[in-house]
Amino acid sequence: MAQTRREMLIDPMVDNNPITLQVLGICSALAVTSSLKVALVMAIAVTTVTAFSSMFISMIRNHIPGSIRIIVQMVIIASLVILVDQMLKAYAFEISKTLSVFVGLIITNCIVMGRAEAFAMKNPPLDSFVDGIGNGLGYGLILMLVGIIRELFGSGSLLGYTILPTVNNGGWYVPNGLLLLPPSAFFIIGLLIWAFRTWKPEQVEEREFKIQTVDAH
Amino acid sequence: MEGLLSLAVKAIFVENLALSFFLGMCTFIAVSKKISTAIGLGISVMIVQAITVPANNLILTYLLAPGALGWAGFEEVDLTFLGLISYIGVIAALVQILEMVLDKYFPPLYNALGVFLPLITVNCAILGGSLFMVERSYDFAESVTYGISSGFGWALAITAMAGVREKLKYSDIPDGLQGLGITFITAGLMAMAFMSFSGVKL
Repeated sequence: MAQTRREMLIDPMVDNNPITLQVLGICSALAVTSSLKVALVMAIAVTTVTAFSSMFISMIRNHIPGSIRIIVQMVIIASLVILVDQMLKAYAFEISKTLSVFVGLIITNCIVMGRAEAFAMKNPPLDSFVDGIGNGLGYGLILMLVGIIRELFGSGSLLGYTILPTVNNGGWYVPNGLLLLPPSAFFIIGLLIWAFRTWKPEQVEEREFKIQTVDAH
Repeated sequence: MEGLLSLAVKAIFVENLALSFFLGMCTFIAVSKKISTAIGLGISVMIVQAITVPANNLILTYLLAPGALGWAGFEEVDLTFLGLISYIGVIAALVQILEMVLDKYFPPLYNALGVFLPLITVNCAILGGSLFMVERSYDFAESVTYGISSGFGWALAITAMAGVREKLKYSDIPDGLQGLGITFITAGLMAMAFMSFSGVKL
């Protein structure tokens, strides 16, 4: 075993983050982050689905014929997503209304499929479970960051509690409406990627074309 | 008829699947490096979307909705909770069938689009289109219109994005933003441009 379980859990958060490095699962990451509460629920849902689907797929990995593995994985993932969806509808109806189609879209979230295909098909159940949680948390981390930025500066609150009293309510903060609109999520993730890659320069992508440097003399 | 037209305009521009709901982002970012491949993928998405949304609409109306099984004698059965698994099943099956039909009868088209078809099964834009159809309870005519126009909107977005990226690779971008980072920021700017359509009413 090359990696310890601890590394498996921590590694996807920074060094191998599914969103900033592997470009997986960004669809939902952008859409549900306009408030922190929704982002939190989404992060929990995705982590649960990734962890359990990896575990179940890994349990039956030796019995799945190679040619139909995608369909088998799909069925397991879809069943788990239905469970999560029904739970949300039963216990958190308001949030499930806000998330609307995005709970269902966890099925096509590339992180879940990606981990099932890349890790769970080759490793024992417990390791796959930990790997699933790690990747779910890596995804959750970015979701939280974007959610905090958007809710704090877009509406001056966090989880619905007022942090910066807005002008409309007699405070001093003029909320930045742009942050509640879809495009801001693109900018924030773009800038986050910049920050991550400045911190970890080995993640920087190769240039296709070099700008020619001219000597000063 | 007017209703359908305004639905189409709304689905193409105002509620563009890629730029205002972020659906199909993974492929949107990954396959938008060249205009020709982007167009190929865009057309495939449009075709698949135009078939799957109406197909899922029929499944919902005649099999899953509460009371839909009345014709078989089960008046009180409500199978809506099976929705997600049926839609993804239908999508996977239809993509497979489309691939085989293209391969047999339209080889040139298959050679052009073939590589993209498997990608489409896991494209959130396709499943998203079907789920929006369910959530907004479109009827059959509306779901045909919505399928075609939302697919077209997605194709438009990815082609435009590829055009921008083809020029972008010659520019001097800070190291950390290279590749993925600048692509996100470009997509953000494009999303803002598309938002300006939101005042349009037909």
